[in-house]
Amino acid sequence: MIYLLLATVLAAAVWIRKRPHLVLPWQRVAKGSVGMVSLLLLSLFVLVGLLDTLHYRAALPEKSNGQTVYSAEVLSVFDALAKGIKSRTEKTYSAPLAAYLYAKESMETSEGKILRDYPRLRYGGAHLVDPQRELLGDVLKRTGIGALEGLLIGVLLIAVSNMLFHFFVKFRTVSSSTGGKISTDNGISIFTGAMKNKPCKALLITALLIAMLLGVTANLAAVYHVLGTDKVGQDVLYLALKSIRTGLVIGTVTTLVMLPFALLLGIAAGYLRGWVDDVIQYIYTVLSSIPSVLLIAAAVLMMQVYIEMHPEWFETSAARADLRLLFLCLILGVTSWTGLCRLLRGETLKLRELEYIQAAQAFGVSSSRILTRHIVPNVMHIVLIAVVMDFSSLVLAEAVLSYVGVGVDPSTMSFGTLINSARLEMGREPMVWWTLAAAFGFMLVLVLAANLFADAVRDAFDPRLNRT
Amino acid sequence: MKSDFSLNQLRPFPSVPPEIGREEFILNVAGLVTRLNNGARIVDDISFSIKQGETFALLGESGCGKSMTALSLMRLLPDGIRVASGDIKLDEEDILALPEYAMREVRGGQMAMIFQEPGLSLNPVMTVGDQIAEVLILHQRLRGKEVHSRCVELLEQVGISDASRRASEYPFQLSGGMKQRVMIAMAMAGQPKLLIADEPTTALDVTIQAQVLKLLRDTQQETGMALLLITHDLGVVAQMAHQVGVMYAGQIIEQAPREQLFSRPAHPYTQKLFAALPDAGRSGQPLAAIPGNVPPLGAPLAACRFAPRCDKAWALCHEQVPEWTQLENGQGVRCHLYTSQMGNEKLNLKTSLSPGLSTASEEGAGEGERGTSLLQVENLQVHFPIRKGILQRTVGHVKAVDGVSMNIPEGRTLALVGESGCGKTTVGKALLQLITPTAGSVRFAGHELMGITAGQLRKHRAGMQMIFQDPYASLNPKMRIAEILQEGMDALSIAKNSDERQRRIDELLEQVGLEKASKWRYPHEFSGGQRQRIAIARVLAVNPNLLICDEPTSALDVSVQAQILNLLKSLQQQLGLSYLFISHNLAVVEYLAHEVYVMYLGRIVERGTVEEVLHAPKHPYTQALLSAVPRIDGQGMKTIRLPGETPSPSHPPQGCHFHTRCAQVMAKCREVYPSETIVSATHHVHCYLAAE
Repeated sequence: MIYLLLATVLAAAVWIRKRPHLVLPWQRVAKGSVGMVSLLLLSLFVLVGLLDTLHYRAALPEKSNGQTVYSAEVLSVFDALAKGIKSRTEKTYSAPLAAYLYAKESMETSEGKILRDYPRLRYGGAHLVDPQRELLGDVLKRTGIGALEGLLIGVLLIAVSNMLFHFFVKFRTVSSSTGGKISTDNGISIFTGAMKNKPCKALLITALLIAMLLGVTANLAAVYHVLGTDKVGQDVLYLALKSIRTGLVIGTVTTLVMLPFALLLGIAAGYLRGWVDDVIQYIYTVLSSIPSVLLIAAAVLMMQVYIEMHPEWFETSAARADLRLLFLCLILGVTSWTGLCRLLRGETLKLRELEYIQAAQAFGVSSSRILTRHIVPNVMHIVLIAVVMDFSSLVLAEAVLSYVGVGVDPSTMSFGTLINSARLEMGREPMVWWTLAAAFGFMLVLVLAANLFADAVRDAFDPRLNRT
Repeated sequence: MKSDFSLNQLRPFPSVPPEIGREEFILNVAGLVTRLNNGARIVDDISFSIKQGETFALLGESGCGKSMTALSLMRLLPDGIRVASGDIKLDEEDILALPEYAMREVRGGQMAMIFQEPGLSLNPVMTVGDQIAEVLILHQRLRGKEVHSRCVELLEQVGISDASRRASEYPFQLSGGMKQRVMIAMAMAGQPKLLIADEPTTALDVTIQAQVLKLLRDTQQETGMALLLITHDLGVVAQMAHQVGVMYAGQIIEQAPREQLFSRPAHPYTQKLFAALPDAGRSGQPLAAIPGNVPPLGAPLAACRFAPRCDKAWALCHEQVPEWTQLENGQGVRCHLYTSQMGNEKLNLKTSLSPGLSTASEEGAGEGERGTSLLQVENLQVHFPIRKGILQRTVGHVKAVDGVSMNIPEGRTLALVGESGCGKTTVGKALLQLITPTAGSVRFAGHELMGITAGQLRKHRAGMQMIFQDPYASLNPKMRIAEILQEGMDALSIAKNSDERQRRIDELLEQVGLEKASKWRYPHEFSGGQRQRIAIARVLAVNPNLLICDEPTSALDVSVQAQILNLLKSLQQQLGLSYLFISHNLAVVEYLAHEVYVMYLGRIVERGTVEEVLHAPKHPYTQALLSAVPRIDGQGMKTIRLPGETPSPSHPPQGCHFHTRCAQVMAKCREVYPSETIVSATHHVHCYLAAE
């Protein structure tokens, strides 16, 4: 289903490319530095999410009856890439970049004494002989090397993409106009040209910074737990990265489920008035006065029972977890459209009194056409803002539901489960802060990038702001 | 040096109109420049002075910097705009040098301001009395009981009856005119030396406007304060001002005592402004519209700002900024015509400043014969139910339109005039079936439109179309011009294929005087006048026979209004269109219409040809309406003042609706609504006076 989404987005992009006046606002987005930087960040998140979606099942070495047997565990491409951090589980909590566990343990020394101390980690900093002394130096060294490596790779990547772009442009000029002037400037002049361009500059700097950060992380993650480990010793960085997919799915799918309800019912209520308005108003007033957690819990529990009665439907537990996630999105979507619907109804009430609507009515334009041509484009800014706001609150709603126990499948990693597991440990002395911090940081960046990007898009599509 | 020079010119002239109080300058403004942070000059080198008891009017079109001048004086400029240079002295006190805390004493205490929209300038959650008390406590240092008694006194002073009760009411309980009175009372509470009135009557009806203007004049006479009146309305200037400064694109381009300005305007812009005013004398000829629009903010300063729109401009005008020139008779002007040799020659060449008023409207008079009837309306009623309670039971009706009959022949213009809230717009919308009428009959080109299905109605849609008041709200901001124009053609399937449609769109744009290239642009890229042209093109797209024009020019500047009126007139001649022209502007009606219907509280009180109704009105309401309109010649000033406001259409008065405000009310007026009296074949009145 996620492939279907992707295909729709691509098809829309191609469709828009063919229509110059629709391309224009997107070009304006491309000209704003904030929009482009947040787009870059967003696309990184989406990339992680996509990699995490490409599932496969590893073939087991032993064969039964000549047929390849697949393991019961479903892995994703992302799992394969992050195999290192995934497999290196410790016993329990350990702080970020630590070499020792976070809890004292009774250990038997070589002399046979029982000693209560912080034991060394099994993987984190295992290569160090004397972590007390060497740790800081090693971390700094690796950071430096990582940053350099990242920078190098970043520059290389940019150069390569630049060249590809250049080649593409050349190719195009050749193919489109025979005998046309082939541009002679080399890659460097394009690069300097791009540096003068403000959004390009911001984009390049961000790309290099991200590349450096990735380099550092990759280098450190090879031997340390960059963001520490959780209760059962899993690497928090890995968990956080895995949560991105859940967050994205919940955010987008729920929004997609919610949008048709909110948009259709909202503008229909606002425009048609009369009994239609009454019915829709009653529905959403009733719906929004039911405690939504109860409603969702009931729905999820029913679904859970149903799933458990038919275990034969699911080949793997991952398929089951995914289905549960999807249902959660559906249920969240069906219950959360009321707010946006109310907003849209109000805005439509205002719009329908405007004179251009009346002019259209005087032409005898049909109601459905007025709704789609006049009202929908003029409420789009509200939809866009509300959707982005909802995106973040949905990720949070998922966290709340996971806490109540009706959220995603326990085997699915999500920000909700991450926060939930961190919740109890906040009261611990000394405090375990990194799980929460990781979830917080990742969610912040994701939601902020989405907010900023939506802002840029909204501005670009508002003709009043783009006087020429 | 230059600012000194301009100050000198503003010494009193021998010929100034009589003033009240001492001949003393209250406010001196010299070389005031207000800029945007990016350097664009919004107010550019303005100098003027106001004497005690004098009214100085700043006249200009929207966007010329009038309001910014006022805000500069109050030091209330919005963020991003600041006073760059200049000198403002209020009673020898340098306003610009004062610290902010001292400025708060000045605002309200020495200088007060009233704003355009009375509904928005009062706090809706405070009683009127409390809001006035605030000023009294701050600036008059009154305490306790004194505050209330002074409050009531002030309210009485501005002519609010039952003042002690009104003082404890909230703004929403007052009508528009009363709110503006309260605003004036508030401004007067601080006993200011200078009152700045920023378009004080623009949002009000003519009869209320006359009341408020009179109040301002009376207050000025009592207190001897100076008044800075900001307006775009030449009529208001003619009634109120002693001195007039004409502003254009941030500069005062002409300054003169009122009589001189009106009798002999010097600057080409002022001349054009007068010529662009519509009235009956010119109804045959096109108005002298000023081409183009007011230049945008931050336009280049290297030339005369009016040069691109001026028909007397020559090379010098495009190269050099004209200096302020003092004429012998005390008029000041900023124009090359009066400075250079070349200009003098040009002045002498010119025969008459004002276009010939003598040419009678032959065409209008000649069109005596009536065409076949296009639209017949009989006893049209639109009642809106008032619902109350949880069961939404109908407890009464707002009779917005209560039995209107009219008859529009082909190729003629019928004007519907009346104050706001009398049901004019509702009539227009009910004719188009945008609002379903309650009862009556609407026959368009021989077909009954009442009670037919939506599908049948669509067949007749093309014949009758509407042009709306606000060109900013009548075009969808998210659609391009071509899409806007195409919509009607699509809905009524007029042109068959897309080539034909595009050709038609080009044709339409040309017809209304816009470039073909503009069809790929969005509405926000056009000015108000251009948008109104687009709106006209949109309705022309479906080849209508009847256009319902709902105040099509009231949101536009005078010079642009003339362009649109000319366009409407020429379209009528070319295409034989009929217009139902809904307006409150009697001058426009006089210029454009053939027949006039006067509406009051949902009913037609008088109807007849333009000459009959506007020159020999029979109904007291029509007479009052006509006398309330400020005339630029300042004549016919014997105004009949209407007391009070239009009653609510949900409870119209018993008998003649007008009897509550009528000066000549008789006993039977209070009992039965008067039936129609036929004055002549075309002139009909609903009034007992005419029946006698």
